[in-house]
Amino acid sequence: MSNYDRPLSPHISVYRWPITMALSILHRITGVALSFGFVVLVAWLFDAASGPDAYAVFMSVMDTVIAKLLLVAWSFAFFYHLSNGARHLLWDTGRGLEKRQANLSSWLVLVATIVLTAVFWWAAS
Amino acid sequence: MSLRTPLGKVLGLGTAKDGTSHWWGQRVSAIALLFLGIWFAWYLAISPDFSHAAVVAAIGRPLNAVLLLLLTVTLGYHSYLGIQVVIEDYVHAPGLKLLTLLFSRFVHVALVAAAVFAVLKIGLNA
Repeated sequence: MSNYDRPLSPHISVYRWPITMALSILHRITGVALSFGFVVLVAWLFDAASGPDAYAVFMSVMDTVIAKLLLVAWSFAFFYHLSNGARHLLWDTGRGLEKRQANLSSWLVLVATIVLTAVFWWAAS
Repeated sequence: MSLRTPLGKVLGLGTAKDGTSHWWGQRVSAIALLFLGIWFAWYLAISPDFSHAAVVAAIGRPLNAVLLLLLTVTLGYHSYLGIQVVIEDYVHAPGLKLLTLLFSRFVHVALVAAAVFAVLKIGLNA
């Protein structure tokens, strides 16, 4: 018996994406990305503990253009996940769940992410 | 009338057998990571020197070492909980799901072990 061609109830593909929906999936995507970033953080600590030679190899890898682009992406993902995570904690108290509030806080999260990422790289430069 | 057993009621673990512990673990580690994450980002941003000697000296300071231990353990735990939900949501074949969860758990525990050992080695040598 085949189940493939049965009609399905409306799913995410039929809706015009509201900002809250886009930010919801972005929270998950940035979370997964940061889990891969965790591997790099551990590699940094591990190579630092292994000695100057291992650390030099790590730093030469991090000096490539791809690694630098990844670092920028990870910093954005980090500040996004942090800002939106704070919003999730606020939601957990039952506050800010009205449609207008959620839309407004979505934009606040995006602004906070961009500002924090910019301040981070400004302070680092 | 409830069909739940008295033991089931008092344990409060529901059908998933782990109750609200996953939800709480994710929230508590998230709150800790708000502080630890901001501290670490701040440290990275203001550090002028990422040479081996400078990084080892920085990690060797007791306060930094303790905060790094808290950060890596909490991050590994939070990451494991998050990846677990992603696997449970998108990997449907039961065998593959179990294997992926097992793999994720081993990798996370190994990463935390490596990070803790590295920080302790640098910290205790300093």
